[in-house]
Amino acid sequence: MSLLTLDHVSKSFGALKVTDAVSFEVAPGEALGIIGPNGAGKSTLFNLITGNIAPDEGRVLFDGVDVTRKPPMSRVAAGIGRSFQIPQPFTHLSVFENLLVAANFGGGHHGHHAGEFCMDILDRTGLAGVADATSGGLSLLQRKRLELARAMATSPKLILLDEIAGGLTEAECGALIDTIKSIHAEGTAIIWIEHVLHALTSVVERLMVLNFGKMLMIGEPDEVMASPEVKEIYLGIEV
Amino acid sequence: MTNSSKSTLSRVIAVLAVLVLALVPVIGSRAMVQDLFMVLTLLVLALNWNMLAGFAGLVSVGQQAFVGIGAYAMFGGVILWGWDPLPAILLGGVAAMLLSLPIAFFTFRLNGAYFAIGTWVSAEIVRLSMAQWKALGGGTGTSLPKGTTKEMIGVAQIKELLGVSSSAASDALTYWLALTLAVVTLLVGYLFLRSRMGLGLQAIRDNVEAARSVGVDPLRLKALVFVLTAFGTGLCGALLFIQITRVSPDAAFSVVDWTAFVIFITVIGGIGTLPGPVVGVLVFYILQRVLADYGTVYLIVLGLIGIVIMLFARKGLWGMFTEKTGIELLPLRHRSLQHRPSQRSGN
Ligand SMILES: Nc1ncnc2c1ncn2[C@@H]1O[C@H](COP(=O)(O)OP(=O)(O)OP(=O)(O)O)[C@@H](O)[C@H]1O
Ligand SMILES: [Mg+2]
Repeated sequence: MSLLTLDHVSKSFGALKVTDAVSFEVAPGEALGIIGPNGAGKSTLFNLITGNIAPDEGRVLFDGVDVTRKPPMSRVAAGIGRSFQIPQPFTHLSVFENLLVAANFGGGHHGHHAGEFCMDILDRTGLAGVADATSGGLSLLQRKRLELARAMATSPKLILLDEIAGGLTEAECGALIDTIKSIHAEGTAIIWIEHVLHALTSVVERLMVLNFGKMLMIGEPDEVMASPEVKEIYLGIEV
Repeated sequence: MTNSSKSTLSRVIAVLAVLVLALVPVIGSRAMVQDLFMVLTLLVLALNWNMLAGFAGLVSVGQQAFVGIGAYAMFGGVILWGWDPLPAILLGGVAAMLLSLPIAFFTFRLNGAYFAIGTWVSAEIVRLSMAQWKALGGGTGTSLPKGTTKEMIGVAQIKELLGVSSSAASDALTYWLALTLAVVTLLVGYLFLRSRMGLGLQAIRDNVEAARSVGVDPLRLKALVFVLTAFGTGLCGALLFIQITRVSPDAAFSVVDWTAFVIFITVIGGIGTLPGPVVGVLVFYILQRVLADYGTVYLIVLGLIGIVIMLFARKGLWGMFTEKTGIELLPLRHRSLQHRPSQRSGN
């Protein structure tokens, strides 16, 4: 049985159809990459999966349950964790506390164990050194790492990552890839939106291309990248 | 002196202050006991309002609904069912908590200023309804039966212990209850904010959308705070009117006495800081003493101070103090585990 199913999901903002009858499935433990030009509707698709935005049409199923009308917090509890493309830290809380909220509420971890659990994630994401720093004072790169770490702290079965590799050095990107591979190795399913292609293809098993809200293609990364249609639009965003 | 030893010192001072306050009925005058009773009850109301507005973002101007219903429920218990006033205080708290459910149901659909207006309208509706309660005097209100407070549980013992009149003993009793309620409210508030609930509230305050996305249910958490503070406010209302001994809709549901003052006290002391209301109530008390001879001038001064603070020091006097000195009396921070070994205190 698939972990996540989107069934003809559509969403418009005014006259602009941002998500156009998108249907696909993600198996438990699978890693799926999403690419597409700016404004293609990638982040909106995440918001539809997490419940931050309600679809106009279609259904979202998670773990066999129809969650289309469920609010974000119950989807987190069910196992959908997310990062935001524009980092949304709890600015007055410390980095550690940012994770603790997520572990307490979304992850269902309590007491001392929750603290240990968060420390472990901070180690894995390279944030242990700033654990007690107020998150409002972090640099953009640290904020992006915090997005990843906080999503991990909700103990998701499916983690949604929205452009977390942009602006990294070669070494930093390598470390990030290792972290994401380790998440994947634990059996967590991943959907990762990323413009840094080589990072994406080193992790994901399938690749989806979105364009003008439509799912243009989904399949093996090599196959997808080799298709003429994709080459055409992808040239558009590489430059 | 390090910040943590400063904080320890402040804690010792706080405990000493509570002990001195507890001794007031033994060593102080009766007028002082009555004065400080009012101050302590205002503190309880301010602590509750601060939790509501400062931490849960629920700026209510209808808390008089819970003071009033607490008072009326207590009167009902005493007059209609012959209860002793002390257990009737609990009745007041429970009644306020029950009333908070329909009020939350109605006002939680509203945001910001509309929420504030909604709470005020709700309080007015409750006031008008209480004015219909003929058994408790309708619009003009009623008094506790003569001798009720002198015969309260515990008054006889206090009378013997302190060697004072029954009315002084009953004042001492309500005073100690107010002190207990204030200390318990402060501690429960602290523990609540240190718990995962408090962390959730702070997350909501910073970023609602992100909070929802890590599993926090803002509505549920806010409703919990609304109901709990209604309980505390109702207890306080019942206690207040045992001391006042006379209830009427206008007095029990006074927006000025039970909400406006309380807002000023909280804002001056530091909204959204735990010790803020304590500082605010001290300022209020000192002004009242110093300016008592000038009639209501102290209210004007209080208002001016409130406005100046709102403009220039949004975290109030306590916020300014913490910023300058680094002293945190009741820190809400959750330290990461790597600091645990060096941190001896187990909070
Ligand atoms: N809340 C909203 N209200 C109105 N329009 C919106 C809203 N959110 C997104 N849009 C519009 O929908 C379109 C798709 O936005 P979306 O953020 O999903 O694109 P994206 O593929 O993530 O782009 P990028 O690569 O730049 O992140 C854009 O044209 C955007 O302006
Ligand atoms: Mg996007």
